[in-house]
Amino acid sequence: MTDTAWIDAALTSARPQAIGALLRYFRDLDTAEEAFQNACLRALKSWPQNGPPRDPAAWLILVGRNVAIDEVRRNRKQAPLPDDEAISDLDDAEQALAERLDGSHYRDDILRLLFICCHRDLPATQQIALALRVVSGLSVKQIARAFLVSEAAMEQRITRAKARVADANVPFETPGAVERAERLSAVAAMIYLIFNEGYSASGDTAEIRSPLCEEAIRLARLLLRLFQSEPEIMGLAALLLLQHARAAARFDADGMLVLLDDQDRSLWNQPMIAEGIALIDKAMRHRRSGPYQIQAAIAALHARAAKPEDTDWTQIDLLYGALEIVQPSPVVTLNRAVAASKVRGPQAGLEMIEPLAPRLSNYFHYFGVRGAFLMQLGRNAEARVAFDRAIALANTSAEAAHIRMHLDRLMRDSAPCEAKVAK
Amino acid sequence: MLYAILCYHDEDFVGSWTKEQDGAVMERLAIVQEQLAKQGRLGPVARLLPTTSAATLRKDDPPIVLDGPYAETKEQLLGFYIVDCKNLDEAVDVARDLGVANPGRAYEIRPVGLFQPGAALK
Repeated sequence: MTDTAWIDAALTSARPQAIGALLRYFRDLDTAEEAFQNACLRALKSWPQNGPPRDPAAWLILVGRNVAIDEVRRNRKQAPLPDDEAISDLDDAEQALAERLDGSHYRDDILRLLFICCHRDLPATQQIALALRVVSGLSVKQIARAFLVSEAAMEQRITRAKARVADANVPFETPGAVERAERLSAVAAMIYLIFNEGYSASGDTAEIRSPLCEEAIRLARLLLRLFQSEPEIMGLAALLLLQHARAAARFDADGMLVLLDDQDRSLWNQPMIAEGIALIDKAMRHRRSGPYQIQAAIAALHARAAKPEDTDWTQIDLLYGALEIVQPSPVVTLNRAVAASKVRGPQAGLEMIEPLAPRLSNYFHYFGVRGAFLMQLGRNAEARVAFDRAIALANTSAEAAHIRMHLDRLMRDSAPCEAKVAK
Repeated sequence: MLYAILCYHDEDFVGSWTKEQDGAVMERLAIVQEQLAKQGRLGPVARLLPTTSAATLRKDDPPIVLDGPYAETKEQLLGFYIVDCKNLDEAVDVARDLGVANPGRAYEIRPVGLFQPGAALK
């Protein structure tokens, strides 16, 4: 491991705070990013020799600001440049700045930086790309790889998003309580999108895309450190951790999706599960429920079950019921029906999803679940129709392959006589 | 004499390590720990989950539970070791070895007054 790798980690961890502060100062994203870049270049020169500063973010903010101001001066040909010596000797100034940063500003700085990335006019994919570029500091190449698009296409997407944001007029005053809460929930939604972008990968791309999940977790933890007592942010972080804990078990060696019931639970990441459960535990004490907390609580019940048959489906059914109230959607009802079928049988599940048909007529999972219920009820012909429809609607080859497995099982079951005799 | 070696580091920084960096640190630490264990000098070792998972009970009247760690500082308590050492010099040496393996911010070395090993927890 080289020194530069450690400096990279230090620069990455300081980035949101540093760019957030520079953005408040310059009120322009490009200028802030450029100032940060310049500060990083100086850091790469100075830190290996002088050792890293005690507060890297404060150092980068101060240097970034000075360099940018010098640039303006130089353009005006007014003042001579300060030499590097002066810049690396920042201890006193850094200390003072660090103390001011410990005040209230940095929280809103980082929140603002995240918030401008989730501007309402930006389509979800652009929001995510922009956040990964600006806040996380991933290179365009890395982001393009995770999104499975060309570098040129991603470059264009980010440039377009930045232009939109530049016109957006984000207010720079310290936000009021209501405004802050709105920003927080928009940012949480965006972090969830980043996670899903990585989580919904198929087997052959899961590894390439899993950095998206890890980055989302890092951002969720960052947000939670800024807003320590927000139960929904605890819920968000818990949800992401609990889902990602299963990553190693979600695909088999051939890249086929492995359903929860069939996963090798020894592959689940226990420290992540422990952290997720600790967070949801803490969140529930606030008695201010919300969609992330409920989903995390469901994920925690799955994580707690050492074997699939230990799963507390009654509790999960209740939690989906609560989710239906705070966030009604046919997809939630579909999930609830799966839990209900485990408690009250496939007929109950089927009755629950039947009214959803008109709204989910193009939804892969609807037909997958419907087929499974019908199969359990022994209505094989109808099950086959549902499974065929599911395959036609599959988003990934892994999804289609999974349904084909059910169909194969149906085929086997419908050549019944020999099987029974053989027994 | 038993000493507690308390590990302080910038949590944001540790959280930005790549899996490889984290793994390399843990591997190097394991070597130091193994030596101590062989000499029968290593007691409990803990790596704490992120401070975001912490809660603090303030013993006010009545006591209140707050989210987050007790102290909001630039560096956070991220773990600890209990080590058997003859004197402070030896404890500092152990901390130094650990520090080479893990370039953290600081180790606080505190002599232990009362030690109850408790059950062998898993």
